[in-house]
Amino acid sequence: MRVALFVTCVNDTLFPGTGRATVRLLERLGCTVEFPLEQTCCGQMHFNTGYRDDARPLARRFTAVFDGYDAVVVPSGSCAAMVREWYPSLGVEPPAGVYELSEFLVDVLKVTDVGAYFPHTVTYHPTCHSLRSLKVGSRPFDLLSQVRGLTLVPLGGADECCGFGGTFSLKNSAVSAAMCADKVRGVLDTGAEVLCAADNSCLMHIGGSLARQRTGVRVVHLAEILASTEEDPA
Amino acid sequence: MSGTFVGMPAFPEASSRAVDDAQLRYNLRKATHTIRARRAAVVGEQPDWAELRAAGAAIKDRTLRHLDVYLERLESAVTAAGGHVHWAEDAAEANRIIVDLVKATGETEVVKVKSMATQEIELNSALAAAGIRAYETDLAELIVQLGDDLPSHILVPAIHRNRAEIREIFTGRMAAWGRPAPENLEDDPRALAEAARLHLRERFLSAKVGISGANFAVAETGTLVVLESEGNGRMCLTLPETLISVVGIEKIVPTWRDLEVFMQLLPRSSTGERMNPYTSTWTGATEGQDFHLVLVDNGRTSVLADRVGRQALRCIRCSACLNVCPVYERAGGHAYGSVYPGPIGAILTPQLHGIAGPLEESLPYASTLCGACYEVCPVAIDIPEVLLDLRAKVVTKGHRGERLAMGAARRVLDNPKWLAMAQRSAGRLRRWAPRRLPGPLSAWSDTREVPVPPRESFRDWWVRRPNQEGDR
Repeated sequence: MRVALFVTCVNDTLFPGTGRATVRLLERLGCTVEFPLEQTCCGQMHFNTGYRDDARPLARRFTAVFDGYDAVVVPSGSCAAMVREWYPSLGVEPPAGVYELSEFLVDVLKVTDVGAYFPHTVTYHPTCHSLRSLKVGSRPFDLLSQVRGLTLVPLGGADECCGFGGTFSLKNSAVSAAMCADKVRGVLDTGAEVLCAADNSCLMHIGGSLARQRTGVRVVHLAEILASTEEDPA
Repeated sequence: MSGTFVGMPAFPEASSRAVDDAQLRYNLRKATHTIRARRAAVVGEQPDWAELRAAGAAIKDRTLRHLDVYLERLESAVTAAGGHVHWAEDAAEANRIIVDLVKATGETEVVKVKSMATQEIELNSALAAAGIRAYETDLAELIVQLGDDLPSHILVPAIHRNRAEIREIFTGRMAAWGRPAPENLEDDPRALAEAARLHLRERFLSAKVGISGANFAVAETGTLVVLESEGNGRMCLTLPETLISVVGIEKIVPTWRDLEVFMQLLPRSSTGERMNPYTSTWTGATEGQDFHLVLVDNGRTSVLADRVGRQALRCIRCSACLNVCPVYERAGGHAYGSVYPGPIGAILTPQLHGIAGPLEESLPYASTLCGACYEVCPVAIDIPEVLLDLRAKVVTKGHRGERLAMGAARRVLDNPKWLAMAQRSAGRLRRWAPRRLPGPLSAWSDTREVPVPPRESFRDWWVRRPNQEGDR
């Protein structure tokens, strides 16, 4: 199977650790991972802000770069949703086989125990586009519950948006910050050491607030927990 | 007289003021979470909810496709049953028709059933200008009217008020409108409701003209339908000698069989009840009552012409999208600057008004696109899809600075070499990464840490990685 990684521009530029973890995890599970260097960005920021003419060339680039692979793995729910759900409205037919990471692991590789070790108390924020666009459902929980050493604690109000929303966080910063404050309170109420999600943009927003408040709670992408082992801990 | 929404500020400004109001946020959180839980419970017990929802959407779409046919069918049926049908292209025409109808009765007072259409056309102001006093009889509308306030929710217009505030409004303002509040009124809900009952009863018994909206208009028989909880609607519909119903042209359903679907969808989605306490239906002029139906367009046909936006006309005004919206919960209804707040307002107002000014331009951005509204909508309006479509329309007008920035970002992102160069520059400058960002980006760093760029981007790590089979 030809598996390509679409790392996403946010991970590529700001959170390369998530990309490296995804590669390590997929290779450990027997995949040969390719990273086409012509890839850049799915166009979500432009599309969601209304700039469709700017989003379209990025969508065409994605489609050209990832055409012909059996699977394209995306460690971001919202970028995967952008490609699958919204490319058609730009007049771009998305390539088949674009999977968010947890979908690829559970549905294609058919694994939930990925051999990970992460001895921490973790709570999981499901993120809106994974939850309501992709409908990944229990997949991330099925994966996390098999991680050795990991204690998963439920997050109150988990399915409520954290308030990031891309440019919403700047255009409506007061409401965005108020939503984030409630999410942060929910996270702190769990007593978890680590907040996990499958989207680094949401984690950048919630984590930025957790850090500003000096809470000591770490944010870690799902890929990094699943890649973590005794020898190479996250 | 309640105020009007004319000249409201854009959403970001109005909502940031609301966020600072701790009492408002507490009231909204408590109220929306209560209704949200009730709705979830009664929708969850309905095994065929998904099918009902699909049927609701399909019936509305079919009706809208043949709206001309059904409207004429409704007109003939109402006329045949002794009613009078009037057509109003916009709010001004609707108000003119209604004022003339009331004047013809010689009356200077009317009682009103809660109605979004009359709020939308700002009928109460038009009546006041003609020397006619309109009395709201829905409890929440009464609170808004007595408080000289604006509605902030479709179903519960006074959702932003708690019972202590309501007690103050009743004791301070009821006397100016009729029977005063009882001495030593407590803020217990039963006592407040009793005060409103006593105050309103005098109105019901003396009013000669009633004004209502309608939840549905059944084309095949010309029957209008109102769903309500308090019984004030039943009073206003049956007691007055003249009844004027003001109805948006999209409220039509072809047949009673179609109505049955919405009778299941609406109460469960709006109040979270299996069935609402009062459902009134009437056909034309009954028992000697003089009946007038005013059908209002007021921008609806231009919405109908929009391929993506027209789905907003399916809306049955249940307000489930408001109750589940995390933005509405923090911003409150007034921030949306119209009688239609929340997610549905964010797509209805810019469509009904056109993208006419800063308010309408800001509303499509009053959402994180989290999708909770679409999930609960009983007629499957894909609100995020319409928001995105409206955003694409907004950016064609002005927004020069943002457009330049977006264009520049696209040119970098559409070129892997430039992207890699930008990433390396950021990596080299990482030790000078600022804690506070300048200009519009300061909105980020006011409450959140700024991510520090890594020493090495993912793509540079990949290229440096030995023995890769990847496509270089």
